[in-house]
Amino acid sequence: MEEKKLTPKERLQIPTQEMGEQDPKERIHNLKEVPFGYTPEQAKLEATRCLQCKTAPCVAGCPVEIDIPTFLNQICEGDFKGAAKTIKITNILPAICGRVCPQEEQCQLGCIVGKSLKTVDKAVQIGKLERFIADWEMEQGAADTPEIKAATGKRVAIVGSGPAGLTVAADVRREGHEVTVFEALHKPGGVLIYGIPEFRLPKAIVMTEVENLENMGVEMKYNMVIGNIHSLDELFEQGYDAIFVATGAGLPMFMRIEGENLNGVYSANEYLTRANLMKAYSFPETDTPIARSKNVAVFGGGNVAMDSARTALRLGAENVYLVYRRSRIEMPARVEEVHHADEEGVQFLLLQNPVRLIGDEDGWVKQMECIKMELGEPDDSGRRRPMPIKDSEFRVDIDTCIVAIGNSSNPLIPDSTPDLETNRWGNIIADDQTMKTSKKGVFAGGDIVLGAATVILAMGQGRLAAAAINEYLKNGEW
Amino acid sequence: MNRILEKEFISDQVFRMRVEAPAIAAKRKAGQFIILRTSEDGERIPLTIADASAEEGWLELVVQVVGKTTKEMSMLEEGGSILDLAGPLGRPTHIEKVGTVVIVGGGVGIAPAHPIAQAMKNAGNSVISILGGRSRGLVIMEEQMKAASDRVMITTDDGSYGQKGLVTDAIQKLIDEGLKIDLVVAVGPPIMMKFVCLLTKKYEITTLVSLNTIMVDGTGMCGACRVTVDNKTKFVCVDGPEFDGHCVDFDEMMKRQRMYEVQEKESMDRFQS
Repeated sequence: MEEKKLTPKERLQIPTQEMGEQDPKERIHNLKEVPFGYTPEQAKLEATRCLQCKTAPCVAGCPVEIDIPTFLNQICEGDFKGAAKTIKITNILPAICGRVCPQEEQCQLGCIVGKSLKTVDKAVQIGKLERFIADWEMEQGAADTPEIKAATGKRVAIVGSGPAGLTVAADVRREGHEVTVFEALHKPGGVLIYGIPEFRLPKAIVMTEVENLENMGVEMKYNMVIGNIHSLDELFEQGYDAIFVATGAGLPMFMRIEGENLNGVYSANEYLTRANLMKAYSFPETDTPIARSKNVAVFGGGNVAMDSARTALRLGAENVYLVYRRSRIEMPARVEEVHHADEEGVQFLLLQNPVRLIGDEDGWVKQMECIKMELGEPDDSGRRRPMPIKDSEFRVDIDTCIVAIGNSSNPLIPDSTPDLETNRWGNIIADDQTMKTSKKGVFAGGDIVLGAATVILAMGQGRLAAAAINEYLKNGEW
Repeated sequence: MNRILEKEFISDQVFRMRVEAPAIAAKRKAGQFIILRTSEDGERIPLTIADASAEEGWLELVVQVVGKTTKEMSMLEEGGSILDLAGPLGRPTHIEKVGTVVIVGGGVGIAPAHPIAQAMKNAGNSVISILGGRSRGLVIMEEQMKAASDRVMITTDDGSYGQKGLVTDAIQKLIDEGLKIDLVVAVGPPIMMKFVCLLTKKYEITTLVSLNTIMVDGTGMCGACRVTVDNKTKFVCVDGPEFDGHCVDFDEMMKRQRMYEVQEKESMDRFQS
């Protein structure tokens, strides 16, 4: 093909391909996904920007080490099917990762194209290409079921069906082991379903990925709260040879300020679970209610805060304030998410911190009191420490408040498993290469080990754990 | 899965449902609850387990029709099934021999009080149960409670059955009789639990209450169920459902229970029309 003959200089001259997006004014009135995705022509053009450099910093930056140069080259050649195969060797959930991975901090960060053009924004858009290939494959109908090795007679229990659990399910099943996934909720996917909103990750995609796993022979069991219905020891007694614990983020944290138990104050987990998993956006056609808000305050600066703020807009709020105690550049959320929230009209109250919530006589939140902050010297995290400015308190009228400042660990499994070691925050301690815990036969990964992290880091731990589980089931060595 | 083995109305608005759930039945302990969902677009509601048989593999739920979900559930019949059923959830009641235990059940709260009475009796306690309701029809499970107790007292607000008055009058009567009460366990409407606790605090009688707050996941993830206990925020689903009644902020809890009053009514009106 013609593109192959291009010199690196010529490749660098191809403009970065942008995905079309729903207009912000339109999209705050619907739940449809914001970006439309590449056309095949755009995809080929974008993939052509790759220099096929020998060092491939992109692969080193990917937590699951996808062979990125190969799949980009396959896209250039129009071999979309081949590209899908390449990705799926190490990543079973490309349609999800293509959408929610922080590529700008991972694969795209080290990209030579971005470096040459002096901005990571102009790196090869690997994430968008990954999404394109995954969507293309889904459009072709049922994905090919990966080859499953001969049955080994070994059984693996996976606790939790979020990104870490699903990754392990696929990788362990491929080796010929029987796999059962126990999910506490009535639907699979964990945070992919209850947490990340439809407009960022369509639920049909997650359900398709789970169906693919079921087609591989993975058994899904819902409404199973492990720790309560069965302890880990009971799972071993039932004949499971290894267990992977991936129960995810746990109890939501609150600010510990006055008024946090007023009506109308939610954790982001609750707000998003009502809206996403329980479909409260369709109330009263569906049965789960959610606040009908005019003025909403969201506390926090991460992706979950952005998801909450943007969900509140879509549920009809007139004003959505995002209160964050540092400045915009310190926000842990992805740049793209902050940008989308901004475009949609979320009002950023930066360098401000809530100090208390004020309620009315019936116990409903009616105001928040915030204090202005300034940035001082860098703290342990390397970010400049926000300091309150004396006597700068002010109040804002609100009727709903969403606290999105993270989660502490869930106690159900550690409490019912005395020989499972946890750290002082209650997270399960696991070896960072094998994900082995202190209890023989038990591996753990994802947010129950990491604290709050990302989908791809959970999947990365899942891959490590799966390799170690497969090894353990082969030789029995702990 | 979750087949409905029996269903009957035991009063106007209260029905009893026996559901096949062998794994939960084998595992549940007194004081624990389940979360269920009856339809694809349905909400998740917590219900405390009223009775169970590990041998026969069933759970019994006693439910008062208060909104759309309970109404819809009341229309399910024997042979049908519950779409989703998860449990057992929450910490079990701490059961030990303490001496004389007074179990107070108010209205549909008598149902969750039943397994606690059974377990307290099996542990060797002398169990006195006080069953209260607004009127005769709301005093349920009298026979089962009699079987689990050494003595049963009944009060109704309107005097249509038992002693006219409130459950607190019956507790006061026991105190006035000179009975040494070692523990009170109260399950029922928040207002009832609040007044039981005010009374027992006066006499310094340890009192446990079982809270039935709004929940979504029931496993600690959402925090919808939070209550203030001893000035600290607790999650009913994983820290409870039982707490030291003398430390619970019932006024806050009652306000939180009304969070979705408007939507609940709307949902019910829509369902009925």
